[in-house]
Amino acid sequence: MSHSRITVRNLKIGATTDSGRRVEIIKGVSFDIAPGEIVALIGESGSGKTTIALSLMGHTRSGCFIEEGNIHLGDAEITSMSERARASLRGTKVSYVPQSAAAAFNPSKRIMDQVIEITKIHKLMPRDKAEEKAVELFKALALPHYDTIGSRYPHQVSGGQLQRLSAAMALIGDPDLVIFDEPTTALDVTTQIEVLRAFKSVMANGGISGVYVSHDLAVVAQVADRIIVLKGGVIQEEGTAEQILHNPTHSYTKELLSAFEPVLHEAIVSPTAAKHTAPILEVRNLFAGYGPVHNGEPSAKILKDVNLVLPRGRNLGVIGESGSGKSTLARAISGILPPYRGEVLIDGYEMPHALKSRSKEELRRSQIVFQLADTALNPAHSIGAILGRPLTFYHGMKGAERDARVVELLDMVRLPANLRHRLPGELSGGQKQRINLARALAADPDLILCDEITSALDTVVAAAIIDLLKELQRELDLSYMFISHDLSTVEAICDDVLVMYKGEVVEALPARDMSSKAEHPYSKLLISSIPQLDTGWLSSLEQDPDLVAEFALR
Amino acid sequence: MTTRTTFLSALPTPKRLGYSFNLTGRIGLAVILFWAFIAIFGPLLAPYPAGEIVDWDYFGPMSDKFWLGTDYLGRDILSRILMGTRYTVGISLAAVFISVAGGVILGMIAAVTGGWFDMVLSRLLDAFNGIPSLLFGLVTVAAVGSSIPVLVLTLAAIYLPGAYRFARALSVNVNTMDFITVARARGETTVYLIVREIFPNILGPVLADLGVRFVFIVLVLSGLSFLGLGVQPPNADWGALVRENIEGLSFGAPAVVFPSIAIATLTISVNLFIDNLPTKIRDRSE
Repeated sequence: MSHSRITVRNLKIGATTDSGRRVEIIKGVSFDIAPGEIVALIGESGSGKTTIALSLMGHTRSGCFIEEGNIHLGDAEITSMSERARASLRGTKVSYVPQSAAAAFNPSKRIMDQVIEITKIHKLMPRDKAEEKAVELFKALALPHYDTIGSRYPHQVSGGQLQRLSAAMALIGDPDLVIFDEPTTALDVTTQIEVLRAFKSVMANGGISGVYVSHDLAVVAQVADRIIVLKGGVIQEEGTAEQILHNPTHSYTKELLSAFEPVLHEAIVSPTAAKHTAPILEVRNLFAGYGPVHNGEPSAKILKDVNLVLPRGRNLGVIGESGSGKSTLARAISGILPPYRGEVLIDGYEMPHALKSRSKEELRRSQIVFQLADTALNPAHSIGAILGRPLTFYHGMKGAERDARVVELLDMVRLPANLRHRLPGELSGGQKQRINLARALAADPDLILCDEITSALDTVVAAAIIDLLKELQRELDLSYMFISHDLSTVEAICDDVLVMYKGEVVEALPARDMSSKAEHPYSKLLISSIPQLDTGWLSSLEQDPDLVAEFALR
Repeated sequence: MTTRTTFLSALPTPKRLGYSFNLTGRIGLAVILFWAFIAIFGPLLAPYPAGEIVDWDYFGPMSDKFWLGTDYLGRDILSRILMGTRYTVGISLAAVFISVAGGVILGMIAAVTGGWFDMVLSRLLDAFNGIPSLLFGLVTVAAVGSSIPVLVLTLAAIYLPGAYRFARALSVNVNTMDFITVARARGETTVYLIVREIFPNILGPVLADLGVRFVFIVLVLSGLSFLGLGVQPPNADWGALVRENIEGLSFGAPAVVFPSIAIATLTISVNLFIDNLPTKIRDRSE
């Protein structure tokens, strides 16, 4: 293995917790990376993938320290180096592409100055040479206006462009190894494709080794030669991308893969559907927007003429990219953002637009669950108090009756009863999202608006939440409006799908055959941009460039 | 033995409830409690009547008869400090509670309601904030005349806009959180939003602010008294004691040193206590 560029042997990284306890985060990890090879580290949050990636630069987050083992980069041993020697390696031998390029760029400096900063710090080349090289990299990364883009400020380029510019920043010092830390997680799918393509081509041309950290198997499959599956700081499985995807040996890898495989949703026949002829939710010609109101119309109009029907006991998916107005739709239906025109009917009754003019009973029937489980729970209230409040508010429950119902609700979302004495801060992400669901259920609603409720969760945890939603639907005769940008989740739970683009519904489709029946060009583009679990998907993907130019928000 | 230990370990002591705090905070609390005790029982403990001239010498040194010396008229300083505690601690406490309670309530209402109410109230209090505090105190007290209710209300009015700004800024941040949106969507009233959803999440910083504001109020009260507008003779708060005896400074008389030390110990210990509050209260929003 003398040809490896990076060798990691028996790496152990520890950390001191807030209470002063010492824990081991990485428990003896060994792997090699050959020159020109891209290795993906994959696992859920807390698996140690970012910690390992950072340690390759000799860096640990505060409170963490390398306890044992060694890391060789070429002939240099990073683990035994002084901090000063490591600093001289960073940018020239190893470099880093962060998850959020928007947060990594200084908004008050021009892009070019920031991209060539590494050459200045390490005195690699004169300024004009460096700028020349940067423009070459911009070109290689398929950036538009590559010769002038450097003179712009970070807010003047799009998110996908900024992410590619941060890759240019990482590549300018001709590193041997580039670390990508979830670089496309924050991007829309249509944007992601272009960024992945650009990364792949520059890496292949330069013969640079790469470490790609991600939780998304499908993305990793496009980029990586080899995949290392991590869980709890231990390597579960290591193999070529092909082998991991098609022939996994470890049970955890299989679990990850199965969580990715969409299980097509079977429509449930609602027991009460026959009694109610009116759909549970109907929206007619809905307009909504933000900002100061003039002549009854807000200055920033988001939703334009939205129509939808959701029959009782069925589930409606709403898909679209960021800025398409899907969250605004949920807010307009629930009355949090009063629509300025149009009608919202729940179970055939027209809802007043504003929250204030809706009665308690009208509010009770539709509940909303948000994406970020932690900010949706008041950190100062115990779980019991959080779940108890809607019971008191809507149903007037008190004392022992309420406590009993809280325990019942916790049982419904498969959480132990003693959790009710805890504070939200003491729960995991998945548990918090279950509590959010339980709070919505406490109102005994007919309709639950789910706004990206699984997007912030790990794949396996998200799959469990989806299963729970299905189970609850069978038991409680619920209907869901399910907003997501993740098509496989939508396929797994929805009967019908709406595709939204710039505040308008462009197409309504049955979820089962989304990909085959999509007709609107934007729906086609969106659906074809979802990464598939296939190593050849990206290279064989062909998209109409005119379509891309018209619709992709790159 | 085992039953006894399990029984003991089940007792809800502050430590087990997560309300324990460190030594510095405890020292601060001890000093505060000491002054609170003096404020209530001080006059009973005083060796001499506070207003009576007991020594023919002025600016007398510390002695067996007069533990902390005598003032410019030959009155016992210990007795006068014990008497002054009631004024300093009482007036400042009343004023700080009125200003912080008023400021926090208005601030939370402004943050939750928003719109024109928020704008009008904010601009009004900003304008009020523009008036220099000591000057405002001077004018009011000179116009209305000095009495304890006037002092309390004036001091409270001076510090209310600051407390309002602080509480409003915190509440605006909390108000954008999803759990507030959830509560609104449930149909909760403004009162519920303020009391149950926002207040618990701004309590920690508000308490810290209360401590700082208390110190400011003690100092402004002392300043007013120093200018002769505070508590009127023969009674005196600590600030007035410093003013009365300021000429003794050149003699190094204990009459001016000890009231100053009293002010310093109270203000510093309040800060020590507030800064070292139990983590559970201080960092609730985390």
